[in-house]
Amino acid sequence: MKYVDEYRDRSAAEAVANEIRRLVTRPWTIMEVCGGQTHAIVRFGLDALLPEKLTLVHGPGCPVCVTPVGLIDQAVALASWPQVVFCTFGDMLRVPGSRRSLFDAKAAGGDVRLVYSPLDALALAQSHPDREIVCFAVGFETTAPAFAMAVKEAARLRLSNFSLLVAHVLVPPAMEAILSAPGNRVQGFLAAGHVCTVMGYTEYEPLAARHRIPIVVTGFEPLDILEGVLMLVRQLEGGRAVVENQYVRSVRRQGNEAATALLAEVFEPSPRAWRGIGEIPASGLRLKPAYAAYDAALKFRRELAQTAGRAEEDPECRSGLVLQGLLKPTECPAFGVRCTPEHPLGAPMVSGEGACAAYYRYRKPVMRDASRSIGDRM
Amino acid sequence: MCLAVPGQVVNIGDDALRTGTISFGGMTKHVSLALVPEVRVGDYVIVHVGFAISTVDEDAALRAIELFKAMAARDRRDTVSAATASEETS
Repeated sequence: MKYVDEYRDRSAAEAVANEIRRLVTRPWTIMEVCGGQTHAIVRFGLDALLPEKLTLVHGPGCPVCVTPVGLIDQAVALASWPQVVFCTFGDMLRVPGSRRSLFDAKAAGGDVRLVYSPLDALALAQSHPDREIVCFAVGFETTAPAFAMAVKEAARLRLSNFSLLVAHVLVPPAMEAILSAPGNRVQGFLAAGHVCTVMGYTEYEPLAARHRIPIVVTGFEPLDILEGVLMLVRQLEGGRAVVENQYVRSVRRQGNEAATALLAEVFEPSPRAWRGIGEIPASGLRLKPAYAAYDAALKFRRELAQTAGRAEEDPECRSGLVLQGLLKPTECPAFGVRCTPEHPLGAPMVSGEGACAAYYRYRKPVMRDASRSIGDRM
Repeated sequence: MCLAVPGQVVNIGDDALRTGTISFGGMTKHVSLALVPEVRVGDYVIVHVGFAISTVDEDAALRAIELFKAMAARDRRDTVSAATASEETS
């Protein structure tokens, strides 16, 4: 496919990796923020191409993984009511709540539907005026404009049976939290290319200056990621700490202004709990008062009151450490034993972008067949 | 979750969501172009959950591809000359 295949060329990838190897003189620890990048790194074995002095740690950039248990419990409760059609992206289906997942709710007769786009849920609201269509609004800044547009359309069409259970999270406050945490070892960030496609990268500039940390906005194909690492290494070795843009073909400094204007019109920042990490100030989004009629948490607050205050994590799940880059998935004692994609203890094992799922999917064959080299995957 | 893929704009509708047809290597899908007001038929866009979120800067994309090709060629030359040098010394 055009603008995909060109960025997977093996000889170019080796050339970039060799250039990185030539430049690195000291140990450096780099975090890729986005779960999509984590999957590309593990899938294509990019970490095996890099010099040993360079450590890649995986960040919290999987919105499915960081959705707090309390919100999953609310989703399960809503999905269990006969009048509700609950719409969600497929990734959320198996994420465990305190006791049940959306998959369990569906198996018990709840009307849970998988959608590709918030617009699919909007179409259901138009074709089922007698049902309440609730859509699970999960995602970072990349995804929030799509939900904002769905809400604006619902208002324009005067649909009163459409609402969102909002779980949106914002990337820069999470990066700030990681950098401010005691024991932080991240020295450079690959910032998430599609988040910055929407938001631009001006909000990362104060972060880079305050923490003296280089940040490179990076794409998702193997060559994008390797070039992002190369740009970071040049900064680290040269003692610079600024924001640079590797993903020039999609990201502009000011972002997508139509999308950011839409976000500002429909949503406002709010405090948000991150699963496994805790509450981070102003790290989430909620609907503005003008759109409160589309907020499922308000619309069904009486019904949801019974789920409040009971959220419980599985005590064995170490996903909080994994999401902060403090533990590799394979270092967790439950990994692949008591925690698998079929029977997950936590969200990173089931989400399409979860770090645990990436290692389970792409590294298990390597564990079984040590004769196959990781670099062979390019 | 932030997965987004490039596709080419085939046509642009005039409904409220500016729904257009996008071709992903031959497979087509209807996508809202409301967030990319500048887009024209033939452009490449990055598509995420039913919305185009940016227009691909094709000049930038091609420049990057050329740069990678040049790096690969230089790397091959370096490898060959390093191998020749080690043969000469051995």
